Amino acid sequence: MQAAIILFPGSNREQDVHDALRRATGKEPLRIWHRDSDLPKADLIVIPGGFSYGDYLRCGAMAAHSPIMREVKARADKGTPVLGICNGFQIITEAGLLPGVLLTNQTLRFHCKDVHLRVETSQSVYTRRYNAGQVIRVPVAHHDGNYFADADTLDRLEGEGRVAFRYCSADGEITDDDNANGSARAIAGILNEQRNVLGLMPHPEDATDPLLGSTDGQGFFASLAEALA
Amino acid sequence: MNPDTGADAATIDQARQFGLADDEFKRACRIMGRTPNFTELGIFSVMWSEHCSYKSSKVWLKKLPTTGQRVICGPGENAGVIDIGDGDAAIFKMESHNHPSFIEPYQGAATGVGGILRDVFTMGARPIANLNALRFGSPDHAKTRHLIDGVVRGIGGYGNCVGVPTVGGECNFHPSYNGNILVNAMTVGLARADRIFYSKATGPGNPVIYVGAKTGRDGIHGATMASAEFSEDSESKRPTVQVGDPFTEKLLIEACLELMESDAIVAIQDMGAAGLTSSSVEMAGKGGLGIELNLDRVPTREEKMSPYEIMLSESQERMLMVLKPERAELARRIFEKWELDFAVIGRVTDTGRLVLTMHGRTVADMPVGPLVTEAPLYERPWTPSPALPELAATSVAAREPIAALKALIACPDLASKRWIWEQYDHLVMGHTVQRPGGDAAVVRLPGRQKALAIATDCTPRYCAADPKRGGAQAVAENWRNLTAVGATPLAVTDNMNFGNPERPEIMGQFAQSVEGMREACLALDYPVVSGNVSLYNETNGSGILPTPAIGGVGLLDDAAKAATLAFKREGEIVVVIGETTGWLGQSLYLRELFGREEGAPPPVDLKAERRNGDFVRAQIVAGAVTSCHDVSDGGLLVALAEMAMAGGIGATLSAPQDRPAHAFWFGEDQARYVVTCRAPDALLQAAQKANVPARIVGKTGGAALTLAGGNAISVAELKRLNEAWLPAYMAQ
Repeated sequence: MQAAIILFPGSNREQDVHDALRRATGKEPLRIWHRDSDLPKADLIVIPGGFSYGDYLRCGAMAAHSPIMREVKARADKGTPVLGICNGFQIITEAGLLPGVLLTNQTLRFHCKDVHLRVETSQSVYTRRYNAGQVIRVPVAHHDGNYFADADTLDRLEGEGRVAFRYCSADGEITDDDNANGSARAIAGILNEQRNVLGLMPHPEDATDPLLGSTDGQGFFASLAEALA
Repeated sequence: MNPDTGADAATIDQARQFGLADDEFKRACRIMGRTPNFTELGIFSVMWSEHCSYKSSKVWLKKLPTTGQRVICGPGENAGVIDIGDGDAAIFKMESHNHPSFIEPYQGAATGVGGILRDVFTMGARPIANLNALRFGSPDHAKTRHLIDGVVRGIGGYGNCVGVPTVGGECNFHPSYNGNILVNAMTVGLARADRIFYSKATGPGNPVIYVGAKTGRDGIHGATMASAEFSEDSESKRPTVQVGDPFTEKLLIEACLELMESDAIVAIQDMGAAGLTSSSVEMAGKGGLGIELNLDRVPTREEKMSPYEIMLSESQERMLMVLKPERAELARRIFEKWELDFAVIGRVTDTGRLVLTMHGRTVADMPVGPLVTEAPLYERPWTPSPALPELAATSVAAREPIAALKALIACPDLASKRWIWEQYDHLVMGHTVQRPGGDAAVVRLPGRQKALAIATDCTPRYCAADPKRGGAQAVAENWRNLTAVGATPLAVTDNMNFGNPERPEIMGQFAQSVEGMREACLALDYPVVSGNVSLYNETNGSGILPTPAIGGVGLLDDAAKAATLAFKREGEIVVVIGETTGWLGQSLYLRELFGREEGAPPPVDLKAERRNGDFVRAQIVAGAVTSCHDVSDGGLLVALAEMAMAGGIGATLSAPQDRPAHAFWFGEDQARYVVTCRAPDALLQAAQKANVPARIVGKTGGAALTLAGGNAISVAELKRLNEAWLPAYMAQ
């Protein structure tokens, strides 16, 4: 599986996801600078975390209008898996690949901590190695991860099984206390209609190494390695 | 009219406004052979400010040991460099941003982080970890909440955006900081030992390049502001605080590191305090050369900036470089890729003079050498701090230990700082093996098995009571914290925060702290490789507690062998390493329960410190202990409670009968650790052989800390008390 990681000025979690992909696939991902006009052939396109353009405007808004995003969209339309993590999730929602927006955390503060996520569907290239209902522990690190969409959109996401992850307690309960940022219906990650585009705020890439406290994110990358082999 | 520059000569009144003493002004006139003009005077005043010249501290700092087998570059460059084996080097420094953070906490703290990052990547290192040592005033003081909020947001706002994990630090409170908070930021970077970049200019004719952000009118005379006491009107100094742009910093890091892969750079220096002035003067001064700058070419973001404003601006995210001429185009392409300004603003000369031109006129022409070498140097008078009497444990009332523990674990200094460090991205880069909250942060090196352990430490109340002992204790506790995770401590950076050095008692605190640090650094083979001095931390004549903050870096050969403080399993034996006499002078027990800040602080026996630490480290590396924690603020029972909370496992504990229980549990004797193990006999025998005191104090297990024959408290309740204070305080 060949992954391509798109870099914007201000991306800063590219190495984390690079290492996680390499560990899972045994292959070095490509690094693509946002101004490179040609997006090489890739089995997976990743938009990593960070603060693209400093996020001095609405998070992800500048990067979403970068020329390379037109090509990313075209590839996504043709079925190439596109993964947006954290700032990447913000960018692909701003670019219209996914519905909804990421608002400022309910506390108005940045939070870096481990959270529990309930895997809501195993029906995707990202989650096939998990069981629906399985609880995993991975970190979040963001200031603007409060997912919002109107009620119809949320109903539709739920009805079509496109909610991939929700914030939950260690036992898998959905509670306000365990909702890391105030997201609507505790949504942490969603899929597009074709189920090839995933955006999520938490960082499974930072939970793939036993030395760093959790390996619960390994299933995420193992899913991709298996599905796209 | 001034014949050289066509500008009016400056006046002694202007010199005073710039913070120059009258005889310093006379000295400047003598060096110039005439009265300097306004721009030149500005340059003298910042170069000779306390902040840039270290004029009060230098004679004392020279006493610190700065060399050793591991030292590649000691103090004097942008940061210190040590050899960590395999061709790798760690580059690190700690620096204060105290004055600006009090005036404008968000930007003051943010730009403190930005400045220390630049000091480290200027030398060729990729920053891999940030830490912060913070001191705030009393929680009851009207400004404290606002300052914590702003400082924490500022540190997070900057560090999170540049993508360098903030992995540790410390935060405590004392009324002496009500008018002068301390924000000390530390960065550690990783470089190849044969690819270190220095600031010495060479090669007359080589181009001088300005890169990074544009120059504005922010931060003008910031270094001077940081070299004076505060009074009621300190609010009016807000315009001297710089504004940070972490996004530009991130681009600057990437662009500089990309350029450093080539052989283009002759010399490089970040524009920190005193901006373009100090960077150009230092580069030329180190090379024994001159420098010519055309100020029309300096990228500015405001119109009609005067030469004085351009030279003294402390706008952030800027660098000055001397390049090989044939590589200038390559460098330009790299900086344009990263959308950063790149301007050839001058050249290196062999005249030994700093010559500035603007609009076709020479606006300053002054000798470089004397600006540096003839800077004022003061041997300020000092008086030793009066020794305080030892406090007998029997003169302190005995509280029931569990009740005392409950009070201590919830007090501001010991309460969990989770609320702070969860606002910092401490995981980005994917190498944080030990997160904040332990004795030291542990950061694995990319692609390697080894890791660095990093911690910052100082116990200001000890330093106030006995500066020499306090200085030694700060170094020793830092060494102990690195040892407690299993690392071999290698070297330190220091951040000397004191009051007004023109007062003999303050100068005495400084001199004696250095003496204590010196003894500890020598005894522990722990040289000082970089540092920063922040004086005049006073408001209306009232100074802070002397605070020589120590940032230490240690090496673990195998990151997987790092010890943590959490109790791991039930049924393990809990052993205290080191002698417990029950020293209550200057203890938190005394202060928090009785409001008494009294007595001599605990003695620092450096031989015992070394012996006990070397023993503990060897046990950790050998896998003989399952957890380890240093014993410091609050004493033994607090350390045990912290281990229980971290592991979610309780313990049953007992104190010896031959001394007062409150002294045993809450005394703050130094050179101590708590470890747990499964085979205590072997451990005790090994300790005896090494002449290291070791005593079994209990056994892990259950859901509570239980004192044999006494009270108990559940670990859940301890956690609740420990975690509740700071979020509740900040929510008020």
